[in-house]
Amino acid sequence: MRDRRLDAYLPIIGVIGLIVIWYLAVWYEVVDKVLLPSPTDTFRALWKGMTGGALGFDFWRTVERTTAATLIAAAIAIPLGIFLGASEKLYRSVEFVIDFFRSTPASAMFPLFLVLFGVGDKTKISVAAFGAALVILFNVAYGVMNARKTRLLAARVMGASRFRVLTDVMLLESLPQTFVGLRNGVSLALVIVVVAEMFIGSTDGLGHRVFESQQLFAMPDMYAAIFAAGALGYGLNLLFLMIERRFVHWSGK
Amino acid sequence: MIGERGEPTTPAHVTIRGLCKQFGDAVVYDRFDLDIPRGQLVSVFGPNGCGKSTLINMIAGLVPSDAGEILFDGKPLRDIKFGYVFQNYREALFPWLRSIDNIEYPLRLMKLAKAERRARTQRLVAHLGVNIDLARYPYELSGGQQQLVSIMRALVVEPEILFLDEPFSALDYEMTLFMRDQLQRIFVETGTTTVLVSHDLEEAVYLADRILLLSRRPAAVADYVHYDAARPRSDSTLSQGEFVRVKAHCLEVFQREVRKG
Repeated sequence: MRDRRLDAYLPIIGVIGLIVIWYLAVWYEVVDKVLLPSPTDTFRALWKGMTGGALGFDFWRTVERTTAATLIAAAIAIPLGIFLGASEKLYRSVEFVIDFFRSTPASAMFPLFLVLFGVGDKTKISVAAFGAALVILFNVAYGVMNARKTRLLAARVMGASRFRVLTDVMLLESLPQTFVGLRNGVSLALVIVVVAEMFIGSTDGLGHRVFESQQLFAMPDMYAAIFAAGALGYGLNLLFLMIERRFVHWSGK
Repeated sequence: MIGERGEPTTPAHVTIRGLCKQFGDAVVYDRFDLDIPRGQLVSVFGPNGCGKSTLINMIAGLVPSDAGEILFDGKPLRDIKFGYVFQNYREALFPWLRSIDNIEYPLRLMKLAKAERRARTQRLVAHLGVNIDLARYPYELSGGQQQLVSIMRALVVEPEILFLDEPFSALDYEMTLFMRDQLQRIFVETGTTTVLVSHDLEEAVYLADRILLLSRRPAAVADYVHYDAARPRSDSTLSQGEFVRVKAHCLEVFQREVRKG
């Protein structure tokens, strides 16, 4: 029992290891001091930035954009995925188009969206939503198509109409796969939002913070912003996992 | 009523006339006729791939027939209530619903009020003497318990006829023996006309009033054997002369049909 309790703390070893190596690298000046500030300086910058500094504001701007992009993507892709997935023939007929644009780097779409939406939040959010929507769409459609035949038959044999089969069985059957899509979608949306914040005439956001700190050679600030972005990505993934565990309790069972 | 062989017969509940079914080039049924007697349990047994499941799936409307007529007291399927139990309980139950809500699902489709649904389910549980925590989700139950929930879901609508497609073949032997007796008790309690597809001859005979032995494709009635041992039957039934005789006869017919192929 004691051993198993300790197992929960195993991930900390990696974190401590990384910090120790970092300290040693700074101590022995393996890397130029200007390029690699000490962990203490970095975490101080992170703390100060997040509590009342510019970093906190940028952090929330990125959260807003990523959330908006994911919500838009989900609102379009989930109903569309169900609609397409409900008829395998229909999905097969658009599969190539979906797969093609799913494989196209969303960053390659920036110039097009700039023309469409101008230099502003609209472009950043819509490119991120575009990328995320395709990932979600593909997963939802597959979730619906792979609904267990027996379960659909069971509902039909009990007298469920086509519509009831869709709402009572297919929708719920596709939920585990939908959450896979949402997790991948939100991660992709964050990547695209951060990249967009770096280059497309931005004045705020984590991407902007990383880029500006680097331009100003404010290395602790830059590392702090990178860590904030990492924490955000990890946190979003964790959030969706927790929602999934709560609402899709049967997943994998 | 007295049958042609001088045995008492029960009036037919289901009449099947001129049933035809083809899968591609394979003729599975060709002008097939059958009567299923009311209030009896009919086991369907036959060579692999002869269309045992196809038969009950056509009767239950899961698979369309090419031609022929299936009537229940002269009525078509859509006018009657029936229950169907799948072999794969894991995929037939809804894992997002608690067991009790699984059982009540067909009542919800019938648009019954919640109180009425609960009352019906409670009545069924009490009637069958089932001892399962129905507040649990299906995946928290054992295989046998899950299949019992499936059977209750089929029974809760008070069906005129119950179909079971190899309901115990995904269970281990111990659970199979237990479930056989559960099914027998349910049958004795409700007296519902029941059609059971089985791939286990012992089980087919043990549970049946009539054993329908099918030939190879196109499936025809090779024999339709009576087995009248009193219920409840138990382990000792399996060694009684009548059981052994009927089972041996069925095996002989089965072997003859298999060799024809």
